[in-house]
Amino acid sequence: MKALIHVTLKPDVLDPQGKAIGAACGSLGYEGIRDVRQGKLFEVELDAADEAAARPLLAELADKLLSNPVIEDYEIVSIEV
Amino acid sequence: MFAVIQFPGSNDDRDMVHAMKTVLSADARLVWHGDSELPSDCRGVLVPGGFSYGDYLRCGAMARFSPVMADVKRFAENGGPVLGTCNGFQVLCESGLLPGALRRNRDLHFICETASLLVESTGSVFASELSPGQVLRIPIKHGEGCYFAHADDLAALEANGQIVLRYCGPDGEVSEATNPNGSLGNIAGITNRAGNVFGLMPHPEHAVEPAFGGTDGARLLRALIQAGEGA
Repeated sequence: MKALIHVTLKPDVLDPQGKAIGAACGSLGYEGIRDVRQGKLFEVELDAADEAAARPLLAELADKLLSNPVIEDYEIVSIEV
Repeated sequence: MFAVIQFPGSNDDRDMVHAMKTVLSADARLVWHGDSELPSDCRGVLVPGGFSYGDYLRCGAMARFSPVMADVKRFAENGGPVLGTCNGFQVLCESGLLPGALRRNRDLHFICETASLLVESTGSVFASELSPGQVLRIPIKHGEGCYFAHADDLAALEANGQIVLRYCGPDGEVSEATNPNGSLGNIAGITNRAGNVFGLMPHPEHAVEPAFGGTDGARLLRALIQAGEGA
C-alpha cells in the first residue's frame, strides 16, 4: 500500500522560498504567475489491511512527525492498494 | 553537573563545554542523545547548536525523539533550568517546551555576524545579570532563525514577560531594519511561562572570552549556573 501525504505551510506563515521561486518565474519571463508556495510531498509505503486501517495511522504519523502543526498543515492526498 | 546534550550533527557541543567548564569553571559534560536518562546529579541542561540529524525534515524535528529528550522534558517540567541555543532553540520548540517555531530566514541567506540584542524581560532565572533596556552583543549564525508564533501565542509571550531578547541596532532601536532574519517582533530569545526554559538563536558560548570579541554570553551562562547550583 502506498500513500501520498502533502505538507504545506499554513497560509499565515511567511514562505521566503516560495517567494524566491515566484520571483524567478517572473524573471524567466513567465507572466501571470501570481504566487508560489513551496511544500513537501511524502511517499509512504506501508502494510495495512485496507484504507480505513491506514488512514488513522497516516494521520498520526503526519501529526507527530511529518508536519509541525504550529506552522504546517497536511493532507493525505491518496492511498493506493 | 551540567549536561550538554550531544546529538549526531551537533557542532557547538564542545564549544559549550569549553565555555561552561574551562571559562566559567562549572562541571559541564557531554551527554549522548541515546542515553535514556540524564545523570542523577544533573543541575541544568544545555541543548547546543548545530545540525542535529542533518536538519532532515525540519530543524530539530528528529532530535525531539532522541531517548534523552524524554528525560530533558521531565527535568524541565520539574522546574530544572534548560537553555537551548540555535539548533537547541529549534529542538525545544519542536519538543513543545517552548511555543512557536523557527523558519527559514526572510532573505534565505545564512547569517553569520555579531548581533545587537535588546534585553526586555528580566523575570526569569536566566536574567539575573541583565537589566531591561541593556544591549548585548552576541554572535548569531543560522539559516533558519526566523521566529514564528500564532497571534495568540505571541500575545501571551508579551503579556507574560517571556520575551527576553529582541534583535536591535547598536543603540537598542528595534525595527524592521534591525531585524536580521524576519523574526516576528524581532524576537531573538524567549522563555517558557514558568521561566525555567530559555531558547535563543544567538550563541552565548561564543561570547565568553574578551579575546573573541566580548563576554556578554557569559552573563547568560553564569545565570544558568547560579540557577542550577541554587536549586
